[in-house]
Amino acid sequence: MARLIETNTTPLQRVEVDLVTLDLVENALRNARFEMDEVLFRTALSPGIREQHDEFPLIANRDGKMMVGQFGLSIPDFLDNFDGTIEEGDVLLTSDPYSCGAAISHANDWLVVMPIFFEGRIVGWSSMFGHMSDVGGKSPASMPTDARTIFEEGVVIPPFRLYKAGVLDDDALRIILNQVRKPDWNRADLNGIVAACRTAARRVQELCARFGVDTYDSALEALLDRNYRAMKTLLAMVFEEGKTLSFTDYICDDGLGYGPYELKLSLTRTGDKVLLDFTGSSPQAQGPINYYINENLVRMFFGIYMITVADPQILWNDGFYPLVDVEIPDDSFWKPQYPAALNARNHGIGRVFDLFGGLLGQTNPDLLNAAGFSSSPHFMFSGTYGEGDRKGEWFQLYSIGFGGIPGRPIGDGPDGHSLWPSFVNIPCEYLESYYPLRIERWETVADTGGAGVHRGGNGVDVAYRFLEAGTIAIHDDRWLTYPWGVNGGEPGARGRKWLERADGTTEVLGSKVHDVPVARGDLLHFVTWGGGGWGDPLARDPELVGLEVRRGLVSAEGARRYGVVCDDTGTVDTGATESLRTELGEGRPQPLPTFDMGPPLETILERCLEETGLPAPQPPIPR
Amino acid sequence: MTYRLGVDVGGTFTDILLIDEDTGATYRAKTSSTPEDQSVGVLRGIDQACTAAGIERTAVGDVFHGTTVATNAILEGKGARVGLVTTHGFRQVLQIARSFVPGGLAGWIIWPKPEPLAALEDTVEVRGRIGSDGAVVAELDEDDVRAQLRALAGRGIEALSISLINSYANPAHEQRVGEIAAEELPGLAVSLSSSVLPELREYERTITTVANAAVQPQVKRYVANLEGQLRDSGVTGSLSILRSDGGLVSAAVASDNPVNLLLSGPAGGVTGAAWVAAQTGHRDFLTFDMGGTSTDVALVEDLTPRIGRETTVGDLKVRATSVDVRTVGAGGGSIAHVPPLTQALRVGPQSAGAAPGPAAYAAGGTEPTVTDANVVLGHLPSALAGGEVTLDPDAARAAVKSIADATGLDSVEAAAAGIIDIVNENMFGALRLVSVQQGFDPRDFALVAFGGAGPLHANALGRLTGSWPVIIPPSPGVLCAYGDATTSLRDEAVRTLVRRFSELTDDGLRAILDDLAASARGTLTAEGVPEDDLVVTYSADLRYHGQGFEIPVTLDIDAFDGQGGGLAALGKAFDTDHDRLFSFVLDAEHELVTLRATADAPRPEVGAVELEQGGPDPAAARLQTHQIWSDGGLVDADVYDRSLLRAGNVVVGPAVITEMDSTTLVLRDHAATVHPSGSLLIRPVDQQSQEG
Repeated sequence: MARLIETNTTPLQRVEVDLVTLDLVENALRNARFEMDEVLFRTALSPGIREQHDEFPLIANRDGKMMVGQFGLSIPDFLDNFDGTIEEGDVLLTSDPYSCGAAISHANDWLVVMPIFFEGRIVGWSSMFGHMSDVGGKSPASMPTDARTIFEEGVVIPPFRLYKAGVLDDDALRIILNQVRKPDWNRADLNGIVAACRTAARRVQELCARFGVDTYDSALEALLDRNYRAMKTLLAMVFEEGKTLSFTDYICDDGLGYGPYELKLSLTRTGDKVLLDFTGSSPQAQGPINYYINENLVRMFFGIYMITVADPQILWNDGFYPLVDVEIPDDSFWKPQYPAALNARNHGIGRVFDLFGGLLGQTNPDLLNAAGFSSSPHFMFSGTYGEGDRKGEWFQLYSIGFGGIPGRPIGDGPDGHSLWPSFVNIPCEYLESYYPLRIERWETVADTGGAGVHRGGNGVDVAYRFLEAGTIAIHDDRWLTYPWGVNGGEPGARGRKWLERADGTTEVLGSKVHDVPVARGDLLHFVTWGGGGWGDPLARDPELVGLEVRRGLVSAEGARRYGVVCDDTGTVDTGATESLRTELGEGRPQPLPTFDMGPPLETILERCLEETGLPAPQPPIPR
Repeated sequence: MTYRLGVDVGGTFTDILLIDEDTGATYRAKTSSTPEDQSVGVLRGIDQACTAAGIERTAVGDVFHGTTVATNAILEGKGARVGLVTTHGFRQVLQIARSFVPGGLAGWIIWPKPEPLAALEDTVEVRGRIGSDGAVVAELDEDDVRAQLRALAGRGIEALSISLINSYANPAHEQRVGEIAAEELPGLAVSLSSSVLPELREYERTITTVANAAVQPQVKRYVANLEGQLRDSGVTGSLSILRSDGGLVSAAVASDNPVNLLLSGPAGGVTGAAWVAAQTGHRDFLTFDMGGTSTDVALVEDLTPRIGRETTVGDLKVRATSVDVRTVGAGGGSIAHVPPLTQALRVGPQSAGAAPGPAAYAAGGTEPTVTDANVVLGHLPSALAGGEVTLDPDAARAAVKSIADATGLDSVEAAAAGIIDIVNENMFGALRLVSVQQGFDPRDFALVAFGGAGPLHANALGRLTGSWPVIIPPSPGVLCAYGDATTSLRDEAVRTLVRRFSELTDDGLRAILDDLAASARGTLTAEGVPEDDLVVTYSADLRYHGQGFEIPVTLDIDAFDGQGGGLAALGKAFDTDHDRLFSFVLDAEHELVTLRATADAPRPEVGAVELEQGGPDPAAARLQTHQIWSDGGLVDADVYDRSLLRAGNVVVGPAVITEMDSTTLVLRDHAATVHPSGSLLIRPVDQQSQEG
């Protein structure tokens, strides 16, 4: 438990805050949070943060409750686990999920937390974590797909004071940076994160000076209360008392050949409160896919889904947390035991989008989206230049892939986009300038989006030609189970990866591999998955289907899934379309099923080798 | 006598400003804009201004013009239908874009994705490949090019854009495709990405090129038409157009690269503000241009507006140099509302627009707007609106009452004051973006307020930012036209290098800079500007090697004197800026991304008006006393007629100063001093001693 040192012990007073001041404070905090992003994006060196924005800021109140943030983490859990004093000018750093109550969930994420002081008292906390492209360990990018323990995943930094009363602990930083492959990246990114946190601190101090510290602190209480009241109303509106809703989805494999892992989430409302229960999920995995999830993060996810449609301008905060109980069984996928490996938890995080969609959508049609691009697949390439000006220089790439946003109540899912806020792709020309790569194709793949009256977004095929020998690593999923469709919409296509070797052979790659050698001239196709479809595909406007054929987003053959008959130019045969639609419509169950998960799991496993070129995973065995 | 003419065509009004170059005397005209053919409104306005000045059209010399033709084409989705040629494998470059979804964690659920500016069915890909070093990896397959271009024929395409991978490093393939296009699709305007924006990042280069192609036909038509009509009507001077970066170019150059005109309108305001501020002796200031639906702000340092490399119009963001103007959806027409679930008071971004407009306009609007709140508070005296619009205070009150009811605020006035506070805060947020977030302390700057609603909110914004004095220019409604008429001809030449400092030499860089300077000068000397009058300035976009964003840094050409100190000086200037912006520097190598040379012709000499001197007492201009809401209660405020104020008059708040197209509010404990140049300088009463 951290001991906080404040030179001013006068307690803060609760004061009345008028509505307008409340909205002014809310607005100012929102601005400060975006300013944090800006500072980091513009200064970071690693492509993961600089080009793809893999980072998450937060500003909390005096008690560590999140007032504004993009993702959330738990400052109270962090402080509970920190054994030491914290005073003005301190900046704390950690990368150990097991030492901060899973405020972060793998060792690549470096978390900075700093107290915000005003006139000798703590008035808040600013915090940010960013994904470091490399934190050492046995494989470049520090995410070995066969890891069984966190010890294989590079340097794990326990919570400590990186700055003590404003003075950098240079020795500690030197020791840490000595463990990693690209210390200049980590140093610059860490600098940027600290600068962003300090920016937020300055903004909070300015607010205290402007409105008075008592008013500021009381305004935060009122903002928390605003969320509490809004959520209470929403919960009663949306969920029937005592009725349990459940939804199950999967992670296809764990990198060690076991899978699929079952992820189950249930919800029951009792009185004012709901219980989110992960019971029934698979036990912890052998491989590194475990997603050690913090209870408050579950609450945050739940809250954001619930509120987004109700008041998009609200500043989402922790105020409603007392209304949500969370049950996570020990030794499960969601709460593995130390020292289980954690590096590949990105699929679990991503799948939370689908889990909440499938769960909450059952009683909230505005939230019933199909399954989307619920991960952030990684592609890594590293090696040493063998010739030219840079001969002998180490290169290392960490990048995130994009795929199909699902069909949604408001319309089609965008092709080749991101579910994650603020993520962007790395431009082809940037990759080609900085890495020995040529990108030969960067296009979405026709028909990979699930058919529906609102089509699922297509997955993307990026074809990388390697101009230097090196090794690659891949973290991907949804190669086995399907991105499901809803309300009669069909599932999207699964992801695939294969190497076309310079020697003419072709090799299908598993979804989680590392240290795969590539030679100069080899070509990798990394094809991501599509989003599921929303609503009856036979109800989609045939002319729109024809237009999408002209656009190359749907093929003429693929148009038949919509009951549309057309040629390659997208010219629709109206008569043939009508009869095909009648034919396809006959014998369908009415109403159409809410979820279409594709064939039963047994069938999927049975056909695995034939359909994917990869052997079916073995049933998970408990540790 | 010579007259120069500034023309600003906005969405609603066309403003004309005729300036007598010798005396600085100005003659204003304001006519309704004519969107179907803007030149109609322009000529009508010119006639009005000439009549006011008592001169013939033939006495009008050069015409300087800020135009929203390009902006509107984008905002209204009425640009040309553009065909796009991409590299094989990259047909969907605009469909995928940067894969970015705006909003928070669940933002993707509610985001309507805009359609690409060039439709995918009008996009083709061609075989042939350039590497990142500019080397040809695969020869251009000309048969394939012809076949693909033929596929575009007959599709109704009005303009063609060509954007191939790595063309910034070697434009040969693009140029050849352009030549073949001239044969296969004769008569079609062609934009090459390597000439519109020779910079790395394929999506940004492509969207910028497509935007250029999309607005080009309309701009070309409009400019040629206006030029012809001016000539036919007897105007003898030439027509120049204001670019987004605040420089003027000839009509012909403007038509070639119209993507550089997207912020022509706001740039006029910023350059106009510079002209006005210079006369009051303030060289560092923020601009605050508040209109009906949005507010534009910018930062000007030493009379030079900060320049940004991006231009944003609606959903469209392109890489084009422009005055770094930030826009927020907050204006007089912004609607206040209270979401039932959270009972928060929100203002905007929805706007009542020109139709139906605020409730007070009695044109069918019933929703409470910022203007209605101002009417309720007495800031906009209904009887004194200059006759243009009659305000209905009862309708305004009824509308704002709905907010008082929904929030439980205890009076209609309290609700109105809340609306004003919140909209001011939104605009304050924009001012922070250009100041605090860029490392500038707004208290070191003055604040120049204009636009229809700017002077009403200016004093309050001054209080929030601490930017004093707040300067209200004479005729704040036509400031853009002022800017158009008082700025200089400009051209810039750009080259992208992407080289680490260790890969560069002072001499090599100097040679490139000289080339760029020659190119920029050439454009202006071709316009007839004497070589000796030109001033060339240089800048470089730099970053630490490995960073993804550049900072534009002014480059001192004299440091590149062959002694080898140039690069070091440049690196040091970058470190200083990086430290100011982000509070730290890195021990990483510097990297030069882009070099720029900008040639400016001299700013025209236009005489300044000088108001007749009066004493501090403004009583001669007082019209009446009127009640306004101030800090929680009704107080008496004097109302003044601005045209009767004399230099040296001091108007102590609370007070309202009215004129033809604008109303200025002076708050309690503040006072406005009338500057001899006609501007009002507002300061807190306890700072009034700092005159100047």
